[in-house]
Amino acid sequence: MAVLKTEDLTKMYGSFKAVDHINIEVREGEVYGFIGPNGAGKSTTIRVLLGMLKATSGSASIFGKDIWADAVDIHKRIAYVPGDVNLWPNLTGGEVIDLFMKLRGGKANQKRREELIQKFNFDPSKKCRTYSKGNRQKVSLIAAFASDADLYILDEPTSGLDPLMERTFQECVMEASNDGKSILLSSHILSEVERLCDRVGIIREGRIIESGSLDELRHLTRTNLNVETKQAIPSLDDMEGVHHIEKKEGTLSFQVDTEQLDEVVHYISQFGVIKLESAPPTLEDLFMRHYEGASGGES
Amino acid sequence: MRNQSFSNTGKLSGFILRLDRFRILIWLVAISFFTLVVPIAFSDLYPTQQDRDAMAETMENPAMIAMVGPGDLGNYTVGAMTAHQMLLLTAVVVGLMNILLMNRHTRSDEEDGRLELIRSLPVGKLANLGGSCIVLTVLNVLLALIVGVGLYALGIDSMNLAGSLLYGFVLGMTGLFFAGLTALVAQITENARNVFGISLALLLVSYLIRAIGDVSNEALSWISPLGWVSAAEVYSENNGWVLLLLLSGAIVLFALAGYLNTIRDLEAGFLRSKPGKKHASARLLSPLGLAFRLQRTGMISWAVAMLLVGVSYGSVMGDLDSFFEGNEMMQQLLVSQEGYSFTEQFVSMLMVVMALIGTVPPVMAMLKLYGEEKKNRLDHLLGRTVSRVRLLAGYLVIAVINGFVMLSLAAVGLWMAAASVMEEPFEFGTIYGAGLAYYPALLVIIGLTVLLIGFVPKVSSLIWLYVLYSFFVLYFGGMFQFPDWVGKLSPFGYIPELPVDEMEWLPVVVLTVIVIGLTIAGILGYRRRDIQGQ
Repeated sequence: MAVLKTEDLTKMYGSFKAVDHINIEVREGEVYGFIGPNGAGKSTTIRVLLGMLKATSGSASIFGKDIWADAVDIHKRIAYVPGDVNLWPNLTGGEVIDLFMKLRGGKANQKRREELIQKFNFDPSKKCRTYSKGNRQKVSLIAAFASDADLYILDEPTSGLDPLMERTFQECVMEASNDGKSILLSSHILSEVERLCDRVGIIREGRIIESGSLDELRHLTRTNLNVETKQAIPSLDDMEGVHHIEKKEGTLSFQVDTEQLDEVVHYISQFGVIKLESAPPTLEDLFMRHYEGASGGES
Repeated sequence: MRNQSFSNTGKLSGFILRLDRFRILIWLVAISFFTLVVPIAFSDLYPTQQDRDAMAETMENPAMIAMVGPGDLGNYTVGAMTAHQMLLLTAVVVGLMNILLMNRHTRSDEEDGRLELIRSLPVGKLANLGGSCIVLTVLNVLLALIVGVGLYALGIDSMNLAGSLLYGFVLGMTGLFFAGLTALVAQITENARNVFGISLALLLVSYLIRAIGDVSNEALSWISPLGWVSAAEVYSENNGWVLLLLLSGAIVLFALAGYLNTIRDLEAGFLRSKPGKKHASARLLSPLGLAFRLQRTGMISWAVAMLLVGVSYGSVMGDLDSFFEGNEMMQQLLVSQEGYSFTEQFVSMLMVVMALIGTVPPVMAMLKLYGEEKKNRLDHLLGRTVSRVRLLAGYLVIAVINGFVMLSLAAVGLWMAAASVMEEPFEFGTIYGAGLAYYPALLVIIGLTVLLIGFVPKVSSLIWLYVLYSFFVLYFGGMFQFPDWVGKLSPFGYIPELPVDEMEWLPVVVLTVIVIGLTIAGILGYRRRDIQGQ
């Protein structure tokens, strides 16, 4: 069942399409990765989903309710972490966490709050003006994970965290996921998405250009091969679907389009294979390919 | 070693000067302009010694002495009058300017990490403090010269060169004194907000100490640097040694600040900031509670200020009638009404002024809603279970109550002070009613603000122009003899000017209906528009 579903969701600013006919679906219990570079429309999409911006056309529902008309009802079951957390300089972190938990409604889980404060190694007694970006994000993350939400909407939540805290964050996401919660994670940290997400959608210039499970997406792309053979392989670069050939101490490494894999492996096996390593494409390969391919200007 | 502490101070001074060139220019122009314009106005308003003696008489009460200090009331020339009524208050403004500028370049830069960048360059430990000190010294001396020479250049008989220069340098040296004080405070506490708060508090305490001293015990006034300002007796005794007192005070403060700067770590202070609350109190935990908490300090300050405005206007009520009789210009300001004393007419005019001043804090309270939006902080609330209507209603409730409290305090302050100086004091109800009559007009301004926030938030601050317009046409309307409709473009123009006019209820009802209409329209707009942010 879809927890969150958009249909041709579009947001225009004048004639500029910030979000252009986006269709995404977050299913119950899954972690959905929403990836794309800065300015691609991730945050705008999320702010439309939260009912802060009004969609120009298209529709979206969360828990089967309309995101604009039923915003308050929906938000009772949502926890949201913005990418850029602006807080009130003269309140303390602890006060803000309490405020956030209270405003979500429902029971405030004090035990969970203390646990998370420990886990994120956070000092709640300081005024928000003294917090670094990472600490402000912790305020938002602690309030989010201390709440018993059904859907977590996380907009680049780790951009200011150190690697240790990023790990803590990932644990929290996995824990929530194991409890059957759904998560929409917007990010441009691909290793994080690769690790956490079941399915991803790639957004560029307001449009979703690719979506599906990581496995499905990998199918669309290239596999990395490292090969060592008894005899040198002639005219490999003439073969269709072979890219980026590099030679290092007798080992050839190159990328092969998935649909050509069979032919290429047949071909090289004639030359006496000593070593054959294959690695699935990383999300980064995938991502870069989409961006290099389509935009021209960006590289 | 010692030489290195100040290395590159000169370059940093130049840099600070460049950063602040417009800021400094605006301060200089504003302070000089207001200082120079007053003696001209005084010469026009009180052309004869008789006029001035009448003015001197109204000054001879404890409330006025507490406000502007003692003066040469026996020989109240235009010069003595200017020095008496303006010097102390201008010195407070100059003190404020120095506090703001000094804080900006010391603790503020340090707290935001800019000083760290500077200090990583081949720059001495004391270069930043030294540079700030140089810039402010230059600024204060410049101000002293502009004011001093400017006052003399006005060519008013009672304002000779020595007195004029003393006037200027009293301002400049008071400024330098508070620059030094701020530099010292900036070493002690860790954040810029506290530096501003503590320095400002010290400035106000200095003012208060000398107020108490001037009224009751002169020796007490000597503790306060602002007491020294009055002690200069500019344009009468011209006590130049006061400058030495202020200057040596400034030097001691700067030296102390420099010493503390060398023995502390970067970004550290001597007062540790104490840990704040780990949990929110129950009162904070609602959109309304949060909105109130964010504005609490500001609102309390405004409340005190409104009371003081009322008190200070009320304190001059004692001898007004005799004062107005000899003064044509003031009579023009008041449209004369048969059967009412000048004092009563004056009160009705003051009420407009106070009502318009009292409009400022509730409008600020309402605009805060958009201020929060621009800083993306509303996302935290709207992303949770707070509806837009509830959010807006919270700010609206605060603004509406705020306006009521501000008007009430101003009226109460005026009544209290007037009652203590007048032989036949007003009834409380007369004054309070005259003040509150403006409440519906004030609410129209708030309603209009809601409308702007609902539909065109980006230009919502245009509401200030409307407030300013109202102030202009209603305050000067009598003097410039504007046609009636000019005043009727402001909601304040429909309110009967009590106690001179009769109370009318029709405008009150109509304005209230308009308020409700504006507010509902604004809320509808707010519900359907995008929430903005970066």
